[in-house]
Amino acid sequence: MPAQTINNSSPPAIGVELRGGALAFNERAVFKDLDLDIPAGQTTCLLGASGVGKSSLLRLIAGISPEATALHLSASDGGPVSGRISYMDQRDLLLPWLNVLANVTLGARLRGETPDHQRAMALLARVGLEEEAQALPSALSGGMRQRAALARTLMEDRAVVLMDEPFSAVDALTRLRLQDLAAELLAGRTTLLVTHDPLEALRLGHRILVLCGDPAHMSEPLQPAGAVPRPADDPDLHGLAAGILRDLAA
Amino acid sequence: MDIARRSIISLAILLTGWQGLVWITNVEPFILPGPWLVLVSLAGHLDLIGEHAAVTLLEILLGLFFGSVFGILSAVSLSWFPHVRRWLLPLLVVTQAIPVFALAPVLVLWLGYGLASKVMMASLIIFFPVTAAFLDGLRQTEPGWLDLAQTMTATTAGAAKSGRWAMLRHIRIPAALPALASGLRVAASVAPIGAVVGEWVGSSAGLGYLMLHANGRMQIDLLFAALFVLAVIAVTIYFTLDWLLRRLLPWQPDSLAHD
Repeated sequence: MPAQTINNSSPPAIGVELRGGALAFNERAVFKDLDLDIPAGQTTCLLGASGVGKSSLLRLIAGISPEATALHLSASDGGPVSGRISYMDQRDLLLPWLNVLANVTLGARLRGETPDHQRAMALLARVGLEEEAQALPSALSGGMRQRAALARTLMEDRAVVLMDEPFSAVDALTRLRLQDLAAELLAGRTTLLVTHDPLEALRLGHRILVLCGDPAHMSEPLQPAGAVPRPADDPDLHGLAAGILRDLAA
Repeated sequence: MDIARRSIISLAILLTGWQGLVWITNVEPFILPGPWLVLVSLAGHLDLIGEHAAVTLLEILLGLFFGSVFGILSAVSLSWFPHVRRWLLPLLVVTQAIPVFALAPVLVLWLGYGLASKVMMASLIIFFPVTAAFLDGLRQTEPGWLDLAQTMTATTAGAAKSGRWAMLRHIRIPAALPALASGLRVAASVAPIGAVVGEWVGSSAGLGYLMLHANGRMQIDLLFAALFVLAVIAVTIYFTLDWLLRRLLPWQPDSLAHD
């Protein structure tokens, strides 16, 4: 069973606590004194308009933001966050000279470890790319490339998954399918998903936070009812989405 | 239309124009011999030209090899050591203001009339384009790839020390290979110039030597025959390398190919 091969080794779920997050550009504070809690084993969606600093906040947690700073950043077990993060960007970031399988196992090679090809193939099967394992990224469609990136993210098998608008570059139908796939594969894993699409947040998030204002502040978390992924045609979701859009525009 | 047919047609137009010019101007053969005369001379001196062409070919290939290897090594060290880059890069640019040809007499003085001074000349002339192109490539790595790699190599103790080397080896260098390929193509087209200039300044063999010799004895048809062979060598090296680089870097498609 591929599913068991993947889940058995998963590290225990941890939450992430961030206190006093700050980001400034040209002395203008994008956000300051920002607190963020990502509960263990759940998907937290962070919504916000462009330029509000949501990607910077995610990159701060990922340890790849040279600009943003935090007074305190740790895992809920008191340990560090560094080295326990798996990161997925809006762009697939597949290396064009490596085939899909080599891209999925990139992390192991960067760390000087022997790649676990069996596990990688099992993950590729789960994202429906078993046949494309030997193909170069240029031979794949946008949706396939994002699925390969998702497999690479899960291959890292870190306790926390950070996703920065992971499905924003694909068409609407592909996006819905990718959301379902992501919800299935990320179940039980601590996830922070940054998005500008209220409906995506409402479909995938156990908790939804909205970052807005100048300097930006975090809204009270919204916790819609029902298990994720919530159906895209749920009229309640669309009502909530309209409310979130109003908040974002405010 | 494939490249062979296009080449034959362009060559035919060039040769017709050349022969036409000779007929119209009725120029003396020792000023400008017609293509037919050059061909006859080529056929008549095949052994002589072949002997000298082998020398020049060896000089070009050795020059290409050493110049490329040193260019690649210097680009990697410049990208790896920021201090070296800060001190050496301006110096390297300044040395490019000196025409390398001006060094040819000194190289012959230091390294003698043989192969070494010509190989050195060709290496020197291609060293900079290879270094500059590869270094540019190493500098312009897609930041997203590096961010991703950083999250992958990070440990609970912070950024891993081995991470920088892993990123260079697995991401920066492969990502810079198309840029290196551009540098190597430039190198392939200028390496013959280096070898021939070296031969002109002082040598006892090679196509450059043969051309100078033929010129002195008014054997302009032989000079042109040697020049023709030199051009064939240069074009063959360039297109072989180009073909090889395309096969080795298949992920870098030629976006002009379908225009």
